[in-house]
Amino acid sequence: MSKLSRLGNDLYNGHVSVDFVSPRRRKIWYASSGLIVLMAVLGLWLKPLDLGIEFVGGSEYQVTLKSDQVNQSTADEVRAAVAGTGIADASAPVVTTSGKNGILVQTKTLSTADSQTVADAIRTSTGTQQQDISVQDIGASWGKSVATRSLQGLVVFLVLVVLLIWGYFRQWKMSAAALVALAHDVLITVGIYAWSGFEVTPATVTGVLTILGFSLYDTVVVFDKVRENTKSLRAGRTTYAQAANLAVNQTLVRSINTSFVALLPVGAILYVGAVQLGSGALKDLALALFVGMAAGAYSSIFIATPLLVQLKANEKDVMAAEKRAAARRRSADPYADVPVVKGDVTDDPGAGSAAVEPAYGVDVDEPEPEPEPEVAPTRAPRRPEATGSGRVAPAARGPVGESRSAGRAQPTRQPRSKRGK
Amino acid sequence: MAKKSPHPGRTIVVFFIGMAVVFGLVALGGTWKPGLGLDLEGGTRIRLTATGGNVDPASLQTAADIIDARVNGSGITEAEVTTQSNQYIVVEVPGASQKNLIDIVSRQAQLRFRLVAQVADGTAPAGTSTGSPSSAPGSGVLAPSATPTPSTSSSAGPGARDTPTAKNRPLPGFAQRAGTATPSASPTPSGSASPAASPSSSPSASPADQTRKQQIDDPLTWQNSPDAQSLAEFAKFTCPADGSAAQVKDNPDFPLVTCDDQGQKFLLSKAIIEGTQLTGASAGIPQNQVAWAVNLSLNGEGAKQLATVSRALVGTDQEFAIVLDGQVLSHPGFTGVITDGNAQITGGFGQQAAQDLATSLKYGSLPIAFEKDPTIEEIGASLAGNQLSAGITAGVVGLLLVMLYCLLYYRGLGLVVIASLVVAGTLTYGMVLLLSESAGFTLTLPGIAGLIVAVGITADSFIVFFERIRDEMRDGKSMRVAVENGWVRARNTCLAADAVSLLAAVVLFIFAAGVVKGFAFALGLSTVIDLVVFFWFTKPMVSWLGHFDFFNKGHRLSGLDAENLGLDRLPGVRMGGKA
Repeated sequence: MSKLSRLGNDLYNGHVSVDFVSPRRRKIWYASSGLIVLMAVLGLWLKPLDLGIEFVGGSEYQVTLKSDQVNQSTADEVRAAVAGTGIADASAPVVTTSGKNGILVQTKTLSTADSQTVADAIRTSTGTQQQDISVQDIGASWGKSVATRSLQGLVVFLVLVVLLIWGYFRQWKMSAAALVALAHDVLITVGIYAWSGFEVTPATVTGVLTILGFSLYDTVVVFDKVRENTKSLRAGRTTYAQAANLAVNQTLVRSINTSFVALLPVGAILYVGAVQLGSGALKDLALALFVGMAAGAYSSIFIATPLLVQLKANEKDVMAAEKRAAARRRSADPYADVPVVKGDVTDDPGAGSAAVEPAYGVDVDEPEPEPEPEVAPTRAPRRPEATGSGRVAPAARGPVGESRSAGRAQPTRQPRSKRGK
Repeated sequence: MAKKSPHPGRTIVVFFIGMAVVFGLVALGGTWKPGLGLDLEGGTRIRLTATGGNVDPASLQTAADIIDARVNGSGITEAEVTTQSNQYIVVEVPGASQKNLIDIVSRQAQLRFRLVAQVADGTAPAGTSTGSPSSAPGSGVLAPSATPTPSTSSSAGPGARDTPTAKNRPLPGFAQRAGTATPSASPTPSGSASPAASPSSSPSASPADQTRKQQIDDPLTWQNSPDAQSLAEFAKFTCPADGSAAQVKDNPDFPLVTCDDQGQKFLLSKAIIEGTQLTGASAGIPQNQVAWAVNLSLNGEGAKQLATVSRALVGTDQEFAIVLDGQVLSHPGFTGVITDGNAQITGGFGQQAAQDLATSLKYGSLPIAFEKDPTIEEIGASLAGNQLSAGITAGVVGLLLVMLYCLLYYRGLGLVVIASLVVAGTLTYGMVLLLSESAGFTLTLPGIAGLIVAVGITADSFIVFFERIRDEMRDGKSMRVAVENGWVRARNTCLAADAVSLLAAVVLFIFAAGVVKGFAFALGLSTVIDLVVFFWFTKPMVSWLGHFDFFNKGHRLSGLDAENLGLDRLPGVRMGGKA
C-alpha cells in the first residue's frame, strides 16, 4: 500500500507520468477501442439481441390446479420444468401463481410442436390433464409506445446534457468528447450483452440507462481536473496536452479507486446471479452494469481525454503554448538528461524532490523502476526563457504569472515558506 | 474560497435530527418493510374484457398504453399492462387489490362539455315533469316553455344566432308529438337501460334530419330551443332508480339525454369541448373552499370555445354540463367569462375520488369500453424465492468488500467512508419505506440491486473529496487547511457530476413510461441522498475529525500520514523528537 501511495504522490507531482494523450499512444487507444466496438457491432449483427417476453409478447399457459397445489414451490417446480425442456424461447419462463387455483406460465411465442412440449412438461410436473391447460397469446408490456417515449426522453436527455456540460465547462469540445465516450460505452455494453446471449429484460434496460449516467458522471469528474489544470495555460510552462495528461494522471488514483468501489458490489451480484442462480433478472442487470461501468471508467481516460486534446489541438492558445514549449525544448540544456550528482546542494523548488534514495540525492530518469508507466524526463535546470526571437529574457525566480499592468509577464515572488529552505 | 464551517459538529447533529424525523415518520406509518414489486411478492391481476368481442388490435394497444400511463401515473408503482388475445387487457399491480384501482384502470374517461337545455327529475315516470328540483344550482332556467328573458337573448353570443330561436322554439307538448311523428327517429326503448337514441342510425338523411343537423350544430341556439326529436327522447327517458350510471351512447356530434348520480335527467347539446382538448388535469382544494375539485386546463382551441360559451352564458341562468362517460358530473353556470381555458369540476368529491378522476383524465380517454366486471385475482411472485435473498446477500457482501478496500486504502478516513455509506444506506432505506407508505413505491429485484449499486457509486464522492485533500496536503498545506480547500474543489466536481445524474433522472422520469420511470425515480433518489450525505455528513465529519491530533498530526493509521501520502514529511507538522 505504501508503494501505491508513493506512486499516488508521484503521479500528482508529475514525476511519474503515464502518457495517455500523445498522438502515438492515442492511436493505440483508438485502435483497441475501435476493435472492441467493432466486435460489439459484429456481435449485434451476428447474434441479435434476444428480446424478452416483455418486448415481443408471447404465449400464456393457464394451468388449473387443485387449490392445495397452488403455492410458490409448485410455481418454482413448473419454472424449472419448462426451462428444462431445452427450447430456447422457453428458457426463461415467467411463472406465477394466479388466484386460488391456477398457475400462469408465460413464454415467448412457440411453434406448435414446442408449445406441446411445454404443455407436456407442465403436465408432468403438476400432474394435470390436457384440458386443464389453456393457451392464449399475450402482447408486449413494453410495446412500441413505451420504447418511443423512452427514446424521446433519451434524445432530450442527450441534448440537455450536452448543453449542461457546455455550460459548466464553457467548451463545446468537452461535450463532444463526452458524448463520443458515452456512445463507446453503450455500444460496447450492448454488444457484449448480445454476445453473452442473455435475454433482454427490463432489468437490462435499467442497467444500460444507469451506464448512461455513470459514463457521463465519470467523464465530468476527469474533465473537471483537465479544466482546472489548463485554466492558466498562458501563465504556465506546459502545453495543453501535458496539462491534460497531468490531469488524467492526478485523477488516476481516484479513477482506480472508484472503479473498484463501484465494480465490487456489481461483480458480487453478477457472480451470484450468473453462476449460482443461473437465471433471473439479477444477472441481466449486473452484466450490463459491470461491462458498462468498466467501459465508462476506461473511456473517460483513454477515449474522452485524448479526443479532447485532439479536438483542442488547433486552437490558438493551445498552439501558442505548443510553440513556446517547442522553443524551450530547442534551447534546453542538451545535457539535461545526464544524471547530475547534486551532493548537498539545496533543492530548488522546481527540480523536484523525487529522490528515491536521499543518500545519493540523484535526479534519476526513473524514480520508480516500473516498466509500464512511461516516465517523463526530469526537467532540465532552469535556463533563460527563449522565445525564438533572439531576445533572451532574464531568468525568472519563480513561476511567471499574467500581469495586466506591464503588458507582459511578470515574475512573482513566492513567500518564504514556499521557496524552500 | 468557502467560508469555514464554524460548527461542523452542529451540522452533523442537525443532519441526524433530520434522519430521526424521516424515521419518525416511518414509525408513524408503522411498516418497517418496503412494498415489494410484482417479481418478488406478486400482486393483483385485473383482466379487462373489451365489450363486443374482438376489437381492432391497434386500439386495444392504445388502450393498454393509456391504462399503463394511468396505473404508472405516479411513476413508482411498477405495474405491468399487457394485451391478450385481441380482446383482453391484463393489468398487474403490486400489492393487494384496492377498490379504487379498478375504477382507475377501467374507466373510459371520455370527458365532454355540453350545454344544458333541460333538467328534470329523471326518476319520475316519463314525460310527467319538466320541472326540476330546486336544489340544483341554477336549475330554474331550464324549462324551455319559459319565454326567453331579454337578458338571455342579448347576451347569448353573436346576435344573429338568436333570430331563429324564437321561431323554432316548440312547446313541450308539441315537441313530444312531433318526435313520435318523425319516422326517422330511431325507436327508443323505455326503461333505465334505454340508450339515448342516436339519430345517425337512420341511413338516409331526410330533409327533417338536415334541419335538425343544422339546429344541433349550433349548440348555443339549440340550448334555448332544442329540436323536437331530442325533446321527445328527453321526455321519455328515465334514470336508473339507484343512482347508478345510465347506459347511454355518448356520441359527441348529437345531443345527449342522460342523468347525474342524483337521479336528475338532462337534455344536453352536442359536445362543445372534447376531452381530447385537455392539456392537463389535477386534483386539489381550491382557495377558500373545503371540498376537493378537479382542475382542468384546455388547449388553445378548447379555451377559445370555452371563452365563447362563457361569454354567451354569463349573466344568464343557463348552465353547461361536464359529462364523463355519459354521466353528468356537474352542471355549473358561469359567473364570469373564462378566457384562460381553466375549468374546474366540483361537487361531492372526496380526496381519493378527485385524485382518481384527475389521473384518469390526465392520460386521455380509452378508445374502447370494457365490460363492467373485470376478473380480479391475486398472483404470486414471478421470481423464485431464492433470488431475493441471494441478491441481497451478494449486494451486502459487495458493499462489505467496498468498505474493506476503503479501510485498507484510506485507513482512518476509511472509517468516514464506512460511516457515510452506512448513513447513506440507512437514509435510502428510510426514504424507500416512507415512499412506499405514501406514494406506493415498490421495490423490484433490479430495483434493490440498483440501489445497492447506487450506494457503491455514492462512495465516489468521498473518494474525490479525499483525493483532493491529499493533493492539497501534497501541495504543502496542513490537514485542516487542506480539508477546506479540497472541499471547495471536490464540491464543485461532485455538483457538476451529480447534476448530470440528476438530469438523467428528471428527464427520464418526465418522458419515460412504466418501469423506466421507476428506475429514474430510484436514480434521482440515490443521487439526492448522495449529495445530502456528502454535504451534511461527510464534510462536517472530516472537518470535525480535523480537530483531533490523530488526523491533523498524521498518525500512521489516519490515512493522512506522510508515508501514506507519499511525502517525506507532513507539511505543517513539526516532527519533534519522534522523527
